Amino acid sequence: MFSTKLGRLMMRLYSRKQTAVCREPLRGFSWAAVCRQRSLRQQRIACPKTQPHILSSYTSARSSSQNTVDPDEVRRFQLLASKWWDEQGEFAALHSMNDLRVPFIRDNLLNVHRVRHPGQPLSGLRILDVGCGGGLLTEPLGRLGAKVLGIDPVDDSISTAQVHVSHDPDLQDWVSYQACTLEELSEEVKEDGHFDAIVASEVVEHLADVDTFTFCCKQVLKPGGSLFITTLNKTNLSYVLGIVVAEQLLRIVPSGTHNWEKFISPVDLERLLESYGFSVQSVQGMLYNPVSGAWSWTNSTAINYALHAVKMTDDPETDQTEEHTSHPENHGAATHS
Amino acid sequence: MMQRLTRAALALNGRCFITEKHISAVKVITRGLVSAEHGDDSARNEVYDVIISGGGMVGSAMACSLGMDPNLGSKKILLLEAGNKKVMDTVPDTYSTRVSSISPGSATLLSGIGAWEQITKMRCKPYQRMQVWDACSDALITFDKENLQDEMAYIVENDIVVAALTKQLDSLSDNVQVKYRSKVVHYTWPMPHQAADYIPWVQVKLANGETLQTKLLIGADGPNSMVRRALGIPTVKWSYDQSAVVAVLHLSEPTENNVAWQRFLPTGPIAMLPLSDTESSLVWSTSHQFAEELLALDEESFVDAINSAFWSNENQSETIETAGALFRGALSAIIPSAGSPRQLPPSVAGIGPKTRVMFPLGMGHASEYIRHRVALIGDAAHRVHPLAGQGVNLGFGDVACLTRLLSQAAFNGKDLGAIQHLLEYETERQRHNLPMMAAIDLMKRLYSTNAAPVVLLRTFGLQATNMLPTLKEQIMAFAGK
Repeated sequence: MFSTKLGRLMMRLYSRKQTAVCREPLRGFSWAAVCRQRSLRQQRIACPKTQPHILSSYTSARSSSQNTVDPDEVRRFQLLASKWWDEQGEFAALHSMNDLRVPFIRDNLLNVHRVRHPGQPLSGLRILDVGCGGGLLTEPLGRLGAKVLGIDPVDDSISTAQVHVSHDPDLQDWVSYQACTLEELSEEVKEDGHFDAIVASEVVEHLADVDTFTFCCKQVLKPGGSLFITTLNKTNLSYVLGIVVAEQLLRIVPSGTHNWEKFISPVDLERLLESYGFSVQSVQGMLYNPVSGAWSWTNSTAINYALHAVKMTDDPETDQTEEHTSHPENHGAATHS
Repeated sequence: MMQRLTRAALALNGRCFITEKHISAVKVITRGLVSAEHGDDSARNEVYDVIISGGGMVGSAMACSLGMDPNLGSKKILLLEAGNKKVMDTVPDTYSTRVSSISPGSATLLSGIGAWEQITKMRCKPYQRMQVWDACSDALITFDKENLQDEMAYIVENDIVVAALTKQLDSLSDNVQVKYRSKVVHYTWPMPHQAADYIPWVQVKLANGETLQTKLLIGADGPNSMVRRALGIPTVKWSYDQSAVVAVLHLSEPTENNVAWQRFLPTGPIAMLPLSDTESSLVWSTSHQFAEELLALDEESFVDAINSAFWSNENQSETIETAGALFRGALSAIIPSAGSPRQLPPSVAGIGPKTRVMFPLGMGHASEYIRHRVALIGDAAHRVHPLAGQGVNLGFGDVACLTRLLSQAAFNGKDLGAIQHLLEYETERQRHNLPMMAAIDLMKRLYSTNAAPVVLLRTFGLQATNMLPTLKEQIMAFAGK
C-alpha cells in the first residue's frame, strides 16, 4: 500500500513538473498534441484492466483528452450511476448537501448579479456543473432560473441525469448534459469566457491533475465569473472521519469512493487558484451529521469545505512564475497589481 | 470519431450544449429530446407545480398564499373545486348559519394574503370577551384581554371568508388557476423509486375526462377527504354521537354584544356567538335524538329551549353548589383579586327564517399528513369538535406553515414534492395540532357527564384556572395562534 501511495505521489509530482514546463509553450504548440503526449504517459503508468464494453469504447474514443480524469474513478462510478436519485439511498449525503451548496452558490452569485426575476433568482446566468454525476446539483440550479450545463465523463451518469430531467417539462429547456471532460469542453468552447459560474462539487478530490482543471476552468469562465468548489481537506481528521468512518464503518459513502492522497487542503487549493488568476472570496467548513443526515456550516475546515473564487478581470498570465502570489483580499472584480 | 464529427457539427451550429447522439444511450436520449423538441406531444400533459384539491376556506387560503409568495412566482398552481364559484357582490341582509371564530393568528394570515381587508369590508364581528361556564355548578371562566379594547377573535360567516378569498384569487390569475365544477374521480400516485419507464408525477383524473399532472398535490378536501382515503392513510377517528344544531338568533334587545358565551350542559355545550348588535349565531352540540327534536320544534318552543338552556339552574345539586362556593371562598382568600363576576347572556326573542340546520360531529386525525408528493391540510388532516372554535384556525395554521416551507424549498431550488420539507411540515403541525385536539377531546368528555365526582373535579379545575391570570393568558396565546 505504501509503495502504491508513493508511486502515485511521484506520478503526481512528475506530471506537475511537466505541467510547469508545458505551460510556457502552450501558446506556441498545439494543445491537442500536448494532451496526446500526456495521456499516453498516463496510460503507461496507470493499469487499465479489462473494462465493461462501454468504458473501453469510451477510453479509446477519448484517449486524446483524458488528462484530469483518473480511469479508476470512472470505473467506480459506472457501478453507481443508477442509484443517483434515490434520496434515501447511497447518495443520501449528496442530496442533503444541496441544503448547503445551493444557498452557497445562489447567495454568492446574487451578491454580484442583481435579482431580475423574483421567482428565479439565477435567471440570465449560465452555469457549468463539472462532474455533475446524476444531476443532483444541476437540477436545483436549473430550477432557480440559470441555464445549466452538466458534464461528467461517465456516460451512465449522464444518461441517468438526462432521463430524470426529461420527465420535467419546465426544466428541460434550462438543464442540459454532455458526457465529456472539462478539457474537451474547453476545446469546444471557442471564445474565452462562456459561463458566469462553474461548480465543481465533490470533484476535485477525484481528479488526477488539478492544475489542468483550474486552467480549463479559467478558460471557460467569464472575467469576474465565479468558481465554486466543495471538497475534502487533507488532514488526519479527514482520513479518520472521511474515509475510515464514512466509507468503512458507517457506509455513508460507498467504500473506495475517496482516495486520501487526492484530498487537497484549502491552503493548497487557494494557492493553486490564485496562481492561475483567481481570487478566493470565501472558504467555509462543512460538517455532516450522520445521525440526522444533515449538513451544517462550521468554522473548522478540517474535513469538508466549500470555496468560492472569482476569476480576475485582468489577464494575469504574465505573472505566473511565482508559486506564492499574496495579494490583499479583493472583493468582486477588482484588479490586482 | 463519431463524437468528433457531431461535436464539430454542433459547434458550427452554435448550439454546443445539447448532446445529440451518444452511442451508449441513444434510445433514452431520443425520448428525452423528442419531448423537448416536439412540444405538442399529446401524451404529455402540462405538469403543474401544485394542485390543491378542495376550494373551501382552507384550500382557497392555501391557493392565495402560494400565489402571493414571491419565491413561488414562477410556479404553476391550480385549485380544483367541485362546487360553483362563490361570488358575493353585495353582502346579503340575512346572516348565514355556518360561522367560524377566526383567531388573531388566522386573521394575520388572511391579512397577509389580502383577504382580511375584504372580509372586514363585507362583514365581521370582533369580540373582546368569552365566558364559559358549567350547567352543573357555579364554576365559570372568562377570557378577556387586559383592556377590553383588544379583540380576542372574530366571528365571520364561512361564505364571506370564501367569497373574499375567491376575489383575491381572481387578482392572482397569472400564476394561480382555478377550475370550478371540477370533481376528481381518481388519483394515481407516483412510485417512490426511479424506474426506466414511468411518469413520476401525481395524476389527477377529473369527472370530465381530463387528466392533470402535478409535482405536489395538496389535499384540502374536508373531513371525508378523498385524497386521504385514496392514499390509505390510517386515521384515528370516532364519531361523538352528537350533532350540532346551528341557527341565527334575534336578540330581545340590542346590546353591545361583544361577548362569546358557552355553557356546558350534560348533553353537550351550547354556544352563542355574536354577529351584530342584534343578532347572534347559535351552535348547540347535543345528542342526535335531541338535535332532531330541536329541529322539529316550532319557533317559539325552540327559543324557549335556548333561553332555558342558558339560564336555568336545574342541573345543579345543592352539594355541588356548596362545595363550589367553599372552594371559591378558599381560593379568594389566597388570591383575593382574581375571579370575575358571572354574567348572563342576552335573551333570545326569535330566530332567522329557515336557518335551523344540523350536522353530525366527530373527531378525526390522520396519522400521517404527508406522503411522497402529497400533503394534507385542514379538516382532511384533522377534524375537531366545535366547542373550542378551533377547527378552521388549525387549518389556517397548516396553510401558513406549509407556505413558508414550500417557499423556502423553492428558494433552494428543490423539487416541491420532495419529502424532506413535507416531513418538516408534518412534524411541526402535528406537534401543534395534537395537544390542541387532545385538549378539546378531553374537555368534551369531561363535560359530558353529570356524575358528581367529575363535576366536582371540573368545577374546582375551572375555578382555579379562572383565578390564575397567567394560565389564562397561556391558554389564550395557544388558542390564538
